[in-house]
Amino acid sequence: MLDQVIFYTFAAIAVISAILTVTRRNVVHSAIFLITALLATAGIFLQLRAEFLFIVQIILYVGGIMVLFVFVIMLVNLDEAVRQMRFARQKWVSLLVSLALAAQVGLMFWSSRKMPGQGMPKFVAAPVDKLPANSEAVAQSLFQTYLLPFEIASVLLLVAMIGAVVMAKKRT
Amino acid sequence: MQGVIQATMDFVKQYWAPLVCSLAIVAILPLVAGYIVLVERKIMADMQARLGPMRVGPHGLLQPIADAVKLLIKEDIIPDEADKLVFWLAPVLSVAAALLAMAGLAIGPAFQIAKDINIGILFVVGVSALGIFGIVLGGWASNSHYSLIGALRSSAQLVSYETAAGMALVCGLLFAGSLNITSIVQAQYDQGIWFGLLAPVAFFTYLVASIAETNRAPFDLPEAESELVAGYMTEFSGFRWSLYFLAEYTNMIVVASVATTLFLGGWLRPFPRTTWLNFLDFLPPLAMIGVAAYCFMRTPKQPARVQQMFMLAVAGLCLAVALVLAAPLVVPAVKPFHDGILGAFWFILKVSLYIYFFMWLRFTLPRYRFDQLMRLGWHFLIPLSIINVLVIGIAMIVGQYFNLTGGALLLTTIPASIIALIVALFILASEQKSEPQKASAAPDSYA
Repeated sequence: MLDQVIFYTFAAIAVISAILTVTRRNVVHSAIFLITALLATAGIFLQLRAEFLFIVQIILYVGGIMVLFVFVIMLVNLDEAVRQMRFARQKWVSLLVSLALAAQVGLMFWSSRKMPGQGMPKFVAAPVDKLPANSEAVAQSLFQTYLLPFEIASVLLLVAMIGAVVMAKKRT
Repeated sequence: MQGVIQATMDFVKQYWAPLVCSLAIVAILPLVAGYIVLVERKIMADMQARLGPMRVGPHGLLQPIADAVKLLIKEDIIPDEADKLVFWLAPVLSVAAALLAMAGLAIGPAFQIAKDINIGILFVVGVSALGIFGIVLGGWASNSHYSLIGALRSSAQLVSYETAAGMALVCGLLFAGSLNITSIVQAQYDQGIWFGLLAPVAFFTYLVASIAETNRAPFDLPEAESELVAGYMTEFSGFRWSLYFLAEYTNMIVVASVATTLFLGGWLRPFPRTTWLNFLDFLPPLAMIGVAAYCFMRTPKQPARVQQMFMLAVAGLCLAVALVLAAPLVVPAVKPFHDGILGAFWFILKVSLYIYFFMWLRFTLPRYRFDQLMRLGWHFLIPLSIINVLVIGIAMIVGQYFNLTGGALLLTTIPASIIALIVALFILASEQKSEPQKASAAPDSYA
């Protein structure tokens, strides 16, 4: 029961702040609501006993990427951005996409309705004693089971990083 | 509804001890922070051959309480052009992140709020890094140039030094083989050596980076009063300002605790496995009795009667602490709590020494210029920490090959650390050679 309450609280926070992120006029307010949405998602991870994912979400997204976002937002001229009209071109496309997404989610709920014993999906926390230690499990799958894909992905990221540095560097 | 109440009651029943602990931390920490400020002022006065605060209470011992009352009854000013909501939110965010990080720390084996969490030290580091939003948003919301520049500096500085600090932590974690705080300290007990000695370069990197992360002098550029009034705190006053202050001092305690846990043996006494040094267990109560005796001696010299009474009260408090510390050594019934009580003493002692070192640096070194700070971070500390992780890893593999454990690992890690230091210095020197005038002449966009 408490699990349900916690889940729906976090989920509501995540959804509401995600909506607020795209509707606020002020960019800094948007950033704050994006941080809230990310933190609420981290909370859901924690509730699912995925504590490593929880802390990675906080360190990388909230503590790393969002700090850079806010940093850049403060460097740009906010007044200019506020005056400009937004949602100018993608109105119909985005409506279409969100309708399709809503249809998919609705279909999921509709089909799960007929399954025995459950109308709504039940959100129960994972049993804590049956899981292996979280960070160890992540390390096992990253560095043993999927070592090659992981290394390829990291090389890709490195290339992207070097490319960004080269493009940003002033030619003298 | 019934179910929710029932579940909440069960929750409280199961977790009453951590709940009480966290309440205690939230209640006590402002007082502790206040007294750290007093100690800082006293040390500063001592180093500058002054007396420091002397008026409120004997030797200024009640100064923090007077300061707190002053801050609480000050007028609360919000600038007209400020973003009210964010202005309100920012200091709260700062202090909440700092207090939340305290939950993951272990003050001795017995006192830990979130017991044995698998991600232990990552939780502390990650959550305490959220405090930066308090600074950045506060600086932005006050709608003032000084505040904004302070906030920008702060975020740039934190992002730069977070990398070095993280890499330094990785080095310690390599030796520990776990993120769990209890296992980290246990690993230091098993190997019989502090990881700070095994990886001195990592410890040094973390030390420097943690000073930069807590915005302490000589890296206190975000609040450089000679250039920016008070940096991001310029527009804040009264209670909001004191929240920022509380967050800053809590962060100091947090980084000191992380360094103590990972590099200085946590709650272990020095040389925990050397049996002939067991008499060190008697040191804590004896030290407290010594402090109490000193207070008794000073009592007749106090000018006012109230101050004499207060001095006696301090002496009594020290004696009480000494009794608590001596109890597990003398009373058999308290024996099971031996590690918990004495461990807390050693942990707090190490954290205090670390914070003392911070203060010592603050009163010794002049403030850096902002581009110098950035250069130190990016051109020296980050290469140093990355190379250090690399060579320490190699040193550990070599150590495993020769079956070296504990103190014997020093044979491989010390040369590795020296190599890392030399390579990093070489990189720094070559950077400076390639752009000799540019480094000093180039104006920095946010300096």
